[in-house]
Amino acid sequence: MSTKPSKASPSRGAKKASARRAAPGIGSAASPEELLTYYRGMLEIRRFEEKAGQMYGMGLIGGFCHLYIGQEAVVIGMQAAIKEGDTLLTSYRDHGHMLACGMDPKGVMAELTGRRGGYSKGKGGSMHMFSHDKGFYGGHGIVGAQVPIGTGIAFAHKYKEEDAVCLTYLGDGAINQGQVYEAFNMASLWHLPVIYVIENNKYGMGTSIERASARTDLYYRGQAYGIPGEQVDGMDVVAVKAAGAKAVAHARAGKGPYILEMLTYRYRGHSMSDPAKYRTKEEVQKVRQERDPIERLRGVLLEEVGIEEAKLKDIDRDVKRIVSEAAEFAQNSPEPEVSELFTDIYA
Amino acid sequence: MPIEILMPALSPTMTEGKLAKWHVKEGDQIASGDVLAEIETDKATMEVEAVDEGKLGKILIAEGTDNVAVNAPIALLLEEGEDAKALDTVSTATPSPRVSPPAISADRGPAPAAAVAVTVTAEAEWDGPTVKMTVRDALRDAMAEEMRRDPDVFLMGEEVAEYQGAYKISQGLLDEFGAKRVIDTPITEHGFGGVGVGAAFYGLKPIVEFMTFNFAMQAIDHIVNSAAKTRYMSGGQVNSPIVFRGPNGAAARVAAQHSQCYASWYMHVPGLKVVAPWSAADAKGLLKSAIRDPNPIIFLENEVLYGQSFEVPETDDWTVPIGKAKIVRPGKDVTITAFSIMVGKALEAAEALAAEGIEAEVIDLRSLRPLDTATVVESVKKTNRLVSAEEGWPSAGIGAEIAALMMEHAFDWLDAPVKRVCGADVPMPYAANLEKLALPQVADITDAAKQVCYAG
Repeated sequence: MSTKPSKASPSRGAKKASARRAAPGIGSAASPEELLTYYRGMLEIRRFEEKAGQMYGMGLIGGFCHLYIGQEAVVIGMQAAIKEGDTLLTSYRDHGHMLACGMDPKGVMAELTGRRGGYSKGKGGSMHMFSHDKGFYGGHGIVGAQVPIGTGIAFAHKYKEEDAVCLTYLGDGAINQGQVYEAFNMASLWHLPVIYVIENNKYGMGTSIERASARTDLYYRGQAYGIPGEQVDGMDVVAVKAAGAKAVAHARAGKGPYILEMLTYRYRGHSMSDPAKYRTKEEVQKVRQERDPIERLRGVLLEEVGIEEAKLKDIDRDVKRIVSEAAEFAQNSPEPEVSELFTDIYA
Repeated sequence: MPIEILMPALSPTMTEGKLAKWHVKEGDQIASGDVLAEIETDKATMEVEAVDEGKLGKILIAEGTDNVAVNAPIALLLEEGEDAKALDTVSTATPSPRVSPPAISADRGPAPAAAVAVTVTAEAEWDGPTVKMTVRDALRDAMAEEMRRDPDVFLMGEEVAEYQGAYKISQGLLDEFGAKRVIDTPITEHGFGGVGVGAAFYGLKPIVEFMTFNFAMQAIDHIVNSAAKTRYMSGGQVNSPIVFRGPNGAAARVAAQHSQCYASWYMHVPGLKVVAPWSAADAKGLLKSAIRDPNPIIFLENEVLYGQSFEVPETDDWTVPIGKAKIVRPGKDVTITAFSIMVGKALEAAEALAAEGIEAEVIDLRSLRPLDTATVVESVKKTNRLVSAEEGWPSAGIGAEIAALMMEHAFDWLDAPVKRVCGADVPMPYAANLEKLALPQVADITDAAKQVCYAG
């Protein structure tokens, strides 16, 4: 039987996201406690990033600073789908991933300000942070480089016969890098427990996906390697969790890699110094009004689950306090000792 | 107390800008994330978003104002429960100064030439039995012994398993260790270079074989950006205990894309260690040390040397410390430094020079990073003359580095300028006669030695 690749039809394993809006009944898909945890997690990232943006504006954070605002549901939903011992890594838009996996906001913010109390002692900055304890392996500044590295961590999970998977996040810009496909090939060839989470926020820096990719649906990019893929509403934390659980179960069962394309959106520019001339304000505003992951969940919690508004206010206040404390710590933590210039080069 | 909304910077270099437009007015209720205003610089227009929520109490800078200093208060926000009276308590006369970048202290630590201190242990003396073996077998034995010793060590690369190695370095390893630990990869250096680094981050000890170092250029981003820099970038948390090995430099008649010496490329990079042995004993001892080392190692072999035989200590625990050069022939008149295949040529040159009454001291550098500068300096203090021999190009090469080091550490002991013997500054030609001209020969070394001895 000849199998002619059809341009129009994605692979059998690939599924397109149907509902862009939260499906009715989202409240029953997870327990109220779970939903509140997601709400809190997403809000913490949002407030943290807003504070980081403000501190960048004050000159307290230098260099590049890529904010995650708008994409919070992706990491919070995925993190809910994995367990202790699993690992993750991502590109330079990494603050949300670090907070989601339980890294201390104080240590993350202090790294942004380049201080001694930062996760990398102030020597890595926004794009380069790691935590063995939380299974977070960066923070990578070279577009696409984290994809073979995550595949290698999955290789190590398998080599050590651990019951663990590696979440390897990449963007819609990185998906066109050659090394991504070299990694896909080896992951599938060797049945490695890796989930490639493509965060499709529609823009690789200032270039829209339509102007950068011959095909814009990215979930089928593993088709040539036999990797199943699925498109997910990345603005719906419950949908992300459900798709994540399925992909993780697949990888954990020894069936090899899985691709999840998260349809998401970043509200801010590529980095802090991006005036965002490549898209209209109306486009951003429309997403914020119609698809904002936090507002959507807030609505569900209030209207469907019947959570009291006061309870959400308590969470808001608590998150604000945590972020303020992180900002304070990050400003008060001293700069690294001068002697640190020549440490940590060799083990 | 009301919250001051400050003029933000758009970039680390911005000091002032124009407040182009207000999107809100006094009395408006503000939520986090609301667009408050637009600011302009000569480069860009950006929106200012609210971080805190509350009621906009007062606009301090009118829209259309130019040259507003970064961090100057532009508006006041009343928090829940505050009323307009609170505004009177705020003094907004002086903008808080922009945080100044940290002053660069004059004390920048050790001088660059000293680089990073790496502890090097002395090489063990060996007076036990030896066995004659090829460099090829010595490398194979080193890997096999270390794989027996540590289950986290594995070998991956093109044709390393079923084919038994493109140059037969991994002969027999698949049989002994199985497909889990001896892994054939697709021909995708960039990809498997990164996979190796990821496995190393997680605590495995990969040996990544490149069929030749020419192909490692596809993977150099992972070698430099991922392997070499991550320990530093992680504040010491994440190591890369990985060995990248394979033949480097010219073989015979394979022309420009397969005949380059990469020694100086990797020697340039802090975070990497670079070794390039000549003898089989050093190949074995250094490879074993490299596999045990918690850092990323570039292990440069040479195809022409694979078949050459040397005496090797007869033990499965022979290691040679990384960072220690070896005087392979003592002499008093001129020092010749070399590494890898050039050591053999330097020894031939020394033999020829001896016939003319010049006693050359030949130093096998063995390690290029860390470089054993002390051994070279001590030798120069005795001979007062130095020739550096390498197969690579002259520009920014190992000889250039050694010449600079001698300026810094042995200037008063030099009786002649340091002389470099290098490959010709051309892509390697294919034609036999041209290839020979492009590669440094024994006669080039003897000529250089005579020049620095003013014996020409």
